[in-house]
Amino acid sequence: MNIHWFKYASPQTFYPLAGRMIPWFAGLATIFAVAGLYVSFAIAPTDFQQGEAYRIIFVHVPAAWMSMMIYLIMAGWAGIGLILNARLSAMMAQALAPTGAIFTLLALVTGSLWGKPMWGAWWVWDARLTSELILLFLYIGFMALQSSIDDPRRADRAGALLALVGVVNVPIIYFSVKWWNTLHQGSSINMGAAPKMVTTMLIGMLLLALAFWMYTIAVALMRVRCIMLERERNTDWVKALSGVKS
Amino acid sequence: MQWTSWTAFFNMGGYAFYVWFSFGFTALCLAFEVITLQKRRLKALHLSRLLAQE
Repeated sequence: MNIHWFKYASPQTFYPLAGRMIPWFAGLATIFAVAGLYVSFAIAPTDFQQGEAYRIIFVHVPAAWMSMMIYLIMAGWAGIGLILNARLSAMMAQALAPTGAIFTLLALVTGSLWGKPMWGAWWVWDARLTSELILLFLYIGFMALQSSIDDPRRADRAGALLALVGVVNVPIIYFSVKWWNTLHQGSSINMGAAPKMVTTMLIGMLLLALAFWMYTIAVALMRVRCIMLERERNTDWVKALSGVKS
Repeated sequence: MQWTSWTAFFNMGGYAFYVWFSFGFTALCLAFEVITLQKRRLKALHLSRLLAQE
């Protein structure tokens, strides 16, 4: 077997590859976003109970999914970085954290904007909302811890431990609506059961979720390239880059 | 199509503030993230260029 599995595991080879991938993911994100917004606003019917306010879920649910998925992927990369002592994995974890934090904030804010007209309250200390807020603090804690330690390799290890311990919060968010009596409604889409919504609504939500996925990949690649440039400033490969070489 | 007019569309059945704030805030956050990353990239390249010249 003459495949170089670890060829792209070094920043030097991954940097140009990431650069070539960004426009593709950005393009796909735009296409899915336009299609998703069209389905969400022009095709999906008005909800018989919630009127037009329900359209907030088209952005709320995908943002909440992303907030949890990004955390799991971030913790996965951080764990790999910790075990294999691989610096690119740790950089990937670091690159995902701010995007995850943004989607968590968006899930909380859009949820609040839905809660006010529907529940009559911007915020309630319900298990789902509280555990999602803890997720935001975990992201912020991870970023703060990483930036407070000067030695990047030590910062990676400390951040990885925090990220891995915090993973326990993700199933708590996901199952909170089942485990406790929450004001937050149960999940609209369950694996192994027919969705409890009109197909066009489901399609709108899935298209926007795909758009967020593609966006996240593009943005994480952009950020990991910045991190590589910043961390490896003194190496020959950075000095030989076309954007650096004078 | 669900809407009889553009006014009805923008009005969102009386929920205009909540619906448009949600989507507007999302668009703003994502745009902000992309712009800060582009700035960060230019800054990192600039610093590397200075180091490479030394």
